[in-house]
Amino acid sequence: MLHLSAAVDQPSAYDAASYLTLVRLAERGGLDFVTLEDSFARPGPDALAVLARLAPATSRIGLVPTVTTTHTEPFHVQAAVATLDWVSRGRAGWRIDVSTTEGEARLFGRRHAASAGELWQEAGDVADVAARLWDSWEDDAEIRDVATGRFIDRDKLHHVDFRGTSFSVKGPSIVPRPPQGHPVRVVDATDAPARRTAARYADVALVRASSALQAAAARDQLRSMAADFGRHPGQLRILAGLLVDLGDGEHAAEPGHGGGGPRQTPQGPLYRGGPVDLAELIATWHGEGVVDGFHLTPVEPLRDLERLVNGTVALLQHRGLFRTFYPGSSLREHLGLARAVNQYATTGVRHEP
Amino acid sequence: MSRRRMHLAAHFPGVNNTTVWADPESRSQIEFSSFEQLARTAERGLFDFFFLAEGLRLREHKGRIHDLDVVGRPESITVLSALAGVTGHLGLAATVNTTFNEPFELARRFATLDHLSGGRAAWNVVTSSDAFTGENFRRGGFLDRAERYTRAAEFLETARELWDSWTPDGLPRPFAHRGRHFDVAGEFTVPRSPQGNPVVIQAGDSDEGREFAASAADVVFARHSSLEEGRVFYADVKRRLARYGRTPDDLKIMPGIGVVLGDTAAEAQEKAAEIRRQQTSPQTALLTLEQIWGVDLSSYDPDGPLPDIDPVADPALTHGRTRRGDTVAIAEKWAALSREKGLSIRQTVIEAGGRQLLIGTPEAVATELDEFVQREAADGFVLVPHLTPGGLDAFVDEVVPLLQERGAFRSGYQGTTLRSHLGLPDPVRKG
Repeated sequence: MLHLSAAVDQPSAYDAASYLTLVRLAERGGLDFVTLEDSFARPGPDALAVLARLAPATSRIGLVPTVTTTHTEPFHVQAAVATLDWVSRGRAGWRIDVSTTEGEARLFGRRHAASAGELWQEAGDVADVAARLWDSWEDDAEIRDVATGRFIDRDKLHHVDFRGTSFSVKGPSIVPRPPQGHPVRVVDATDAPARRTAARYADVALVRASSALQAAAARDQLRSMAADFGRHPGQLRILAGLLVDLGDGEHAAEPGHGGGGPRQTPQGPLYRGGPVDLAELIATWHGEGVVDGFHLTPVEPLRDLERLVNGTVALLQHRGLFRTFYPGSSLREHLGLARAVNQYATTGVRHEP
Repeated sequence: MSRRRMHLAAHFPGVNNTTVWADPESRSQIEFSSFEQLARTAERGLFDFFFLAEGLRLREHKGRIHDLDVVGRPESITVLSALAGVTGHLGLAATVNTTFNEPFELARRFATLDHLSGGRAAWNVVTSSDAFTGENFRRGGFLDRAERYTRAAEFLETARELWDSWTPDGLPRPFAHRGRHFDVAGEFTVPRSPQGNPVVIQAGDSDEGREFAASAADVVFARHSSLEEGRVFYADVKRRLARYGRTPDDLKIMPGIGVVLGDTAAEAQEKAAEIRRQQTSPQTALLTLEQIWGVDLSSYDPDGPLPDIDPVADPALTHGRTRRGDTVAIAEKWAALSREKGLSIRQTVIEAGGRQLLIGTPEAVATELDEFVQREAADGFVLVPHLTPGGLDAFVDEVVPLLQERGAFRSGYQGTTLRSHLGLPDPVRKG
């Protein structure tokens, strides 16, 4: 099963309407999810709030904001992501990122900048404690038992007693277990410090690669690291990250691009060409088993997303390579991931969302 | 001179025994559909805003998680962002703690909500100093009580510097704030929002809280009290405004209130009695008493007499809920009440411990609410329904039209922002 996702980032957009246009377009194309980046270092709104605003206006597509872990409170972060899952009825993801610059540190005035290695280690702790807090309420903790006057069965709520290297959290969460159990955790695993955290905690790893060979190498390493952490490699979806510029017509205008594959740029691997050749590239990489799918970042948001959905996606659907409707309702279902098992549950049956 | 018009807000039913969960009409406290339904009802009733409280640690009693009340809630700003998509005029207020947040991030989240809602965001600024809650956070419980309001005030001041930091042309400008609690600098990531600054609400009752409200808040969420107490509170808070160069209209005083309606006064009283019984189950009655007596009373019969033992002066039995003040004095008062009227434990808790309710026919309730406003005991009310999500239906259907008829409440939204509903001036841009 091919998985497709797209970024809906736009410069200088703070209103809901322009984002809604992009997300609805992506939903019309049946994409697994959209991402919206977030950084304290440059202008832009709070990404999780933007996607929460769009949740009632969409019905199927996964919503994956970036939420950073360096200057934020892990308890608040997990509660916000769990709440996004509640308001979207099981469509939330969380793209985990860190804040590496001294400039970002000065906005908070609480700590100095640290190395990427240290910060990704901490991001792993945050990803870990988030999952514990999501599990800190068992699914059937709410009982409303009039006879005994009890609203909850407190044996099904759990302190998490987490102690990381830079913070500790007592728990349980303030938010009951979200519909997906665990919202989908996404990590850009291109750089080495992030790759370990991705292999250990991510459901979806993004790998920016300019060739199939490069993507395959990253995939192999991620799977082997995941196995070292005791995970089944099949629990990890690996998506190739590409910038796409579809402004040049149906086919690649420049030799060496489009059908010839992406090229490396300072912003990451860039595919420039037509929607038809992009469909060909996607079909080829996926057909060879190099990746589970793609995460595409349009260079010109509205134009390229329209061409992607109306051209590339339509073609892949026509060839039977991509879904034409959403058979499931949760993001985990779109990704073919099972609902997360609760690490604290000792009894009972798991309920599907 | 036209009649003073009131402001109305809707409180989503809270995480305490005011909220009745055992009623067949009670629905989920966490599903988005409950929030959507109550918000739509409030907007149908032309309310000023919708209000969410905050919880950062589940309450515990005798070292175990409290299990008798509704518990569990979503993160407020995220729910309000979603509600911005299903409402068009209603203000959206979140309670957020200044102790366990940082100005840059929180100012950014509220500015984003204000943009996404077209100018309907409000922030109820609260503080906390308790180490019990702090166990969920990087900071722990480091603040001593006296520092709570100084941190809150500096937090809000910093947030306003950030909200005002972009140029009118929409370009970011560097900010720098160096104070006792915060030393921060850089550029804010969000342009000035539709309301300039989101509306600021304050809910503390203490002298410090009142002063903080007078200096910096747009709305005070007060406790309900009698008309006379309300007038005294109102006059006291409004009097403090001049010191900060503000006029009485710049700050709205809105007590929280529960309303029970009936076709006749007797029917309303019957309903209220039933609600109080639902709010105070036998188990809740015993637990309430334990919180005051400070000792384990689990062997007592809730339908039997009050314990014949003395309360412990400083009970540490319960964590995560507001202290009830001088518990020894309360215990004596309750024991006397029980003796005098021959009440059981449960009956005593219902009689003495219940929150004040406004009970009557729609006509009587409308008259009393209006009187509070005309006689300057309030500028409006925060309605606290006891049922999720239908607890506001009767008020909106039966009382709001009566208030409108007498010119005591708007018959349509005039503007689009929460500031315009509340009749608040635009904030002056600083810097």
